Amino acid sequence: MANDKPFQPFRNLNAKIASIPMILTALVIFVGCTLWTIFYSFTKSKLLPKLDFVGFDQYERLWGTRRWLVSIENLLIYGSLSLIFSLLIGFLLAALLDQKIRFEDTFRTILLYPFALSFIVTGLVWQWILNPDFGVQHAVRSLGWESFNFDPLYNANIVIYGVLIAGLWQGTGLVMCLMLAGLRGIDEDIWKAARVDGIPMWKTYLFIVIPMMRPVFITTIVIITSGIVRVYDLIVAQTGGGPGIASEVPAKYVYDYMFQSQNLGQGFAASSIMLLTVAIIVIPWAYLEFGGKRRG
Amino acid sequence: MKALRAIFAATTALCAATAANATDLEVTHWWTSGGEAAAVAEFAKAFNATGNNWVDGAIAGGGGTARPVMVSRIIGGDPMGATQFNHGRQTEELIEAGLMRDLTDIAEAEGWKDIINPPSLLDSCTVDGRIYCVPVNIHSWQWLWLSNAAFEKAGIPVPNNWDEFVAAAPKLEEAGVVPLALGQQPWQNSGLFNVLIATLAGPETLIQVYGEKDVEVAAGPKIERVFKAAEDARRMRKGSNVQDWNQATNLVITGQAGGQIMGDWAQGEFQVAGQVAGEDYTCLPGLGVNEVISTGGDAFYFPVVDDPEVQKAQDQLASLMVSPAVQVAFNLKKGSLPVRGDVDLATANDCMKKGLKILASGNTLPDVNQLNTEDTNTQLNDLFVEFFNDESITAEDAQARFVDIVAQGD
Amino acid sequence: MADSQVLTDTAAVTGPFGRRPKPIFSRRNIMLYGTLIVIAVYYLLPLYVMVVTSLKGMPEIRLGNIFAPPVEITFEPWVKAWSEACTGLNCDGLSRGFWNSVRITVPSVIISIAIASVNGYALANWRFRGSEVFFTILIFGSFIPYQVMIYPIVIVLREIGVYGSLTGLVIVHTIFGMPILTLLFRNYFVSVPEELFKAARVDGAGFWGIYFQIMLPMSLPIFVVAIILQITGIWNDFLFGVVYTKPDTYPMTVQLNNIVNSVQGVKEYNVNMAATIITGLVPLTVYFLSGKLFVRGIAAGAVKG
Repeated sequence: MANDKPFQPFRNLNAKIASIPMILTALVIFVGCTLWTIFYSFTKSKLLPKLDFVGFDQYERLWGTRRWLVSIENLLIYGSLSLIFSLLIGFLLAALLDQKIRFEDTFRTILLYPFALSFIVTGLVWQWILNPDFGVQHAVRSLGWESFNFDPLYNANIVIYGVLIAGLWQGTGLVMCLMLAGLRGIDEDIWKAARVDGIPMWKTYLFIVIPMMRPVFITTIVIITSGIVRVYDLIVAQTGGGPGIASEVPAKYVYDYMFQSQNLGQGFAASSIMLLTVAIIVIPWAYLEFGGKRRG
Repeated sequence: MKALRAIFAATTALCAATAANATDLEVTHWWTSGGEAAAVAEFAKAFNATGNNWVDGAIAGGGGTARPVMVSRIIGGDPMGATQFNHGRQTEELIEAGLMRDLTDIAEAEGWKDIINPPSLLDSCTVDGRIYCVPVNIHSWQWLWLSNAAFEKAGIPVPNNWDEFVAAAPKLEEAGVVPLALGQQPWQNSGLFNVLIATLAGPETLIQVYGEKDVEVAAGPKIERVFKAAEDARRMRKGSNVQDWNQATNLVITGQAGGQIMGDWAQGEFQVAGQVAGEDYTCLPGLGVNEVISTGGDAFYFPVVDDPEVQKAQDQLASLMVSPAVQVAFNLKKGSLPVRGDVDLATANDCMKKGLKILASGNTLPDVNQLNTEDTNTQLNDLFVEFFNDESITAEDAQARFVDIVAQGD
Repeated sequence: MADSQVLTDTAAVTGPFGRRPKPIFSRRNIMLYGTLIVIAVYYLLPLYVMVVTSLKGMPEIRLGNIFAPPVEITFEPWVKAWSEACTGLNCDGLSRGFWNSVRITVPSVIISIAIASVNGYALANWRFRGSEVFFTILIFGSFIPYQVMIYPIVIVLREIGVYGSLTGLVIVHTIFGMPILTLLFRNYFVSVPEELFKAARVDGAGFWGIYFQIMLPMSLPIFVVAIILQITGIWNDFLFGVVYTKPDTYPMTVQLNNIVNSVQGVKEYNVNMAATIITGLVPLTVYFLSGKLFVRGIAAGAVKG
C-alpha cells in the first residue's frame, strides 16, 4: 500500500472510530495496566494494592531469592532450546511435507493436532508418559532392560528437558504449518533454476529459500517467543515446579507471589522485570519491523 | 461417592419441594478429596434443611488455586455468599477493606465466646474486637500415620515414636517399602519441617521462631537438631514419587510406604478407604515424642452483600455451622476436631479420641498460619520443597537460609 | 498459497513440476516415508496413550504398562467423566460445563474476530498518525503474562460494571486475542492488491464500504485461521474462565481441572484421560475438519510480512 495514506480527516475518522477498541486495549490494558503494575512494584502491597512506598526493596529481595534465579535460568534454557528446536524441527517437517508426498493431509493433521490441546492436557499426558512407575521407563524395563533409567520429571538436573519434550510436541505443529505455508509461497521457478545450476538441495534451502522466508520466520518467532515468556500452565500441569524448585519459571513466580503468598508488591516487581526484558527485546525490533516507513 | 450423591440429590429434591422461597447461597471452598467432600456434604445437607439452597462452588487444586479466585470475586464486587479460608492472617486485609461481614451480633447472641474451645480459634477471627469468621474445625498437623501392614511386611514392630521410625527405615527399604511418604506439593514439605520443630524442639521454640521471629533461636542449636532430623526424613522419603498429599496417604493405606507425617485430615482418607485405626494403621500424635497438637483449622467468611435475603441466609449458615449436631456430623467425616468442647463424639475413633484428650489437657500450640503471613509461608515452602528434594543442600546451608526468611518476616 | 490444493492433488501423478521421476520404492521414498511415519508415531503416541488408558479399568492400569492395548474395553470412565465425576458436591462430571463453554466461546470468537479484522484492515489500508505505535504496543502486549493482568483487569471490569458476567469474559477474550489476530489480519490485508483498493476508492467507496464489499468477501482463508485459533484458545482457556466467572457459568476446562485435581483416594487415570479427550474434542474436531483450510489461511496471513 505504498504512499496512499489517506489524508482527509473525515476518512481517517472512520478508521479511527473502527480502531477505538484497539486503541483502548493498547492504552488502557497494555500500557495502563503495565504502568500500574510497575508503579505498585515500588510499594509493599500485600493482598490488596496499597500506596505504601518502599523504593527498590522488592527488587532487592527478588534478586536475592534463589527461586527467582532458578526461574530465570530455566526460562533461558527452556526459551532458547524451545525457540531453536521449534524452528528447526518445524522447518524440517515442513520441508519433508513439501516433497510432494502422498497423504500430505494426513501427516499434516497428525503433526498439527497437539496444538488443539491445551497446555494443561499436554502437561498431564506427558507427566504420565514420563512417570517412571507407569510410563516409558516402566515399559522398557518390563521388556527386559532392567537398568533402564528415564525419569526426567523426577530428576532435578534434567526436568526442564522433560518439559521441553512436551512443549515441543504441542507447539511444533503450528510452526510446521507456518513454515509449510512459507515454502508454498516460494516460486517453483526458483527451484528449477537452482536445479539447472546444479546447486544441491540443502544449499538451495539454506541460502535461497530461507532468506526468502524472512516474514514467515518473523511471525513464527513472535508466536513462539510470546508463548515461551508466558509458559505457566504446562509447568503447573506437568511438574508443579518440581522436583523441589527445579522447574520453576518466572510466570509461576509472579503468580504464586501475587496470589498464593499474598505479596502483590513482590509479584509486581517480578513481572516488571519480565516486562522490562521483553520491552528491551521487542520494542526496537517491532518498531523496525512494523513501524518503519517500509510500506507507508 | 455414589452414596454421597444420592444423599445430596435427595436433599436438594426435598428442599425444592418444601421451600418455595429458597435463597441460593453460593459457598466456595477447596474441599475436594473424598473425605473432605463427604464432610462438606454434611454442611450442605443441614443448610438445605433450613429451606435454603447450598450452591456448591468447589475449586480443586488446594488453597493456592482457589484463593486467588475467591479474592478476585470479592474485590471484583461479585462476591459469593460464603467462602472458606484458613483463619489466621490470610484475610486481614479483606477485613480491613470492609469487604467481609461483621458477625459479632450473631456471635454474641449465641454466646460463641463461651462455647468455642480453645478460645484462640475465635481470637483469630477477631479484628479490633469484632468477629468476622466462623471457625468450623480444628486441624492439627503433628501426626505420624503408620501402615501396620508395611511394618508387618518388613517383620518389625510398629514404632512408637519418631526415633524408632527412623531406626526402622533400613528394614523397610529392604522389604521394598518407601519409609516416609511425602508428596511434591511445597506446603507438604514445609509442613513436615514445622511438625519437626513443634515436636522435636517443642512448641515454645516454634512460637519463638515464627511468632516472635527470634533470629537467635532460628540460628541456634535447637533448630540445628531439627535440620538434622529433616535430613533423616529426606533420606527416608526417597522413592515416593507422588504429587498430592492424599496420594501420599494412599501409599500408606496400601502399605507401599511405612508412614507419613500429615495433618489429621489424612484421617478422612483412611476412613474412606475403610481402614480401622489401631488395626490397619497407627497414629502417633506429636510423632510420639511430644504430645502436642496445633489448633489451626478452617473458617468460613461471609462477604458483604446488599441483598437482605442473602444476608439472612448467611446468618443462618453461620449459626448452623457451629451448632452441635452439625459440628459432630461434619467433623466425624472430616477427621478433624469440633470447635466446641460440649459436644459428644462417642462415635469418634481411636485417633480422634487421642486428639480430643490432648485438646482437653491443653497441650496446644497455635497453627503456623496464625503466626506467619502467607508471604513467609511461601518462602518457607520454597526452601523446604528444595531441601527435601535436593540432597546436595546441606543442613547448615538450609538453616542459614531459614534464618534469613525468619529475619525478613513480619 | 493456492498451489497447496493443486500440489496435494497432483502429488500422486507426479505433476508437471515434479523434481524428477520417482519410482514408488526408490531409496528416497523409503527414507522420506520412513522418517515421516516415525515422526507421526511419535506425535500420535500421547493420543494413543490417552485413548487406550481411557478404555481400561483401574486394576488393569495399575498392573499393565500404559502402552499396552486394553484387555477388557470399558466405557465406564467415559460415562463417569461426562456425567458422574465429582467436584466437591457436584457429581455431574463435565456435562455441566459443556454448554457454558459453548456460550462463552461463540460470542467471544465472533466479537474478537470482528474487532480484530477491522483493526487489521484499518492498520493495513487506512493508516493514521500513531496507528503503528498502537500496533507495536499490541504486539508487545502479546508477551505479557496473563497472570500479571488479572488484578488490574478485575478492577477495570468492576469499574465498568461487567465483572462476573458473560460480557466481562467476552471482553477479556477479545483483549487477549487481539494482538495475534490483528497481526494476522493486517498481514493479510496488506497483501491484497492495492489496485482493487484504489479502484474502489475512485468509485467513492468509504471505509466500511470497502471493508464489507471488497475485503470481507475475499478474506475467507484468514477468517478460517482466526476462527480456528480463537476456538482453540478460548475453549482451552482455564485461567480467565475461573477468575472472571462463577460456578454457574464455569467452562468445561474448569470442570476438567476440578476432576483431574480432585483426587479421591487413588488418581483415576482412566477417568482423567477420558475427561481430557472429551474436553479436547471440540477443538480437535475443528482441526481435523479444517486442517487444509488452516494451512491455506496461514499461507495467506503469515507469509507476507
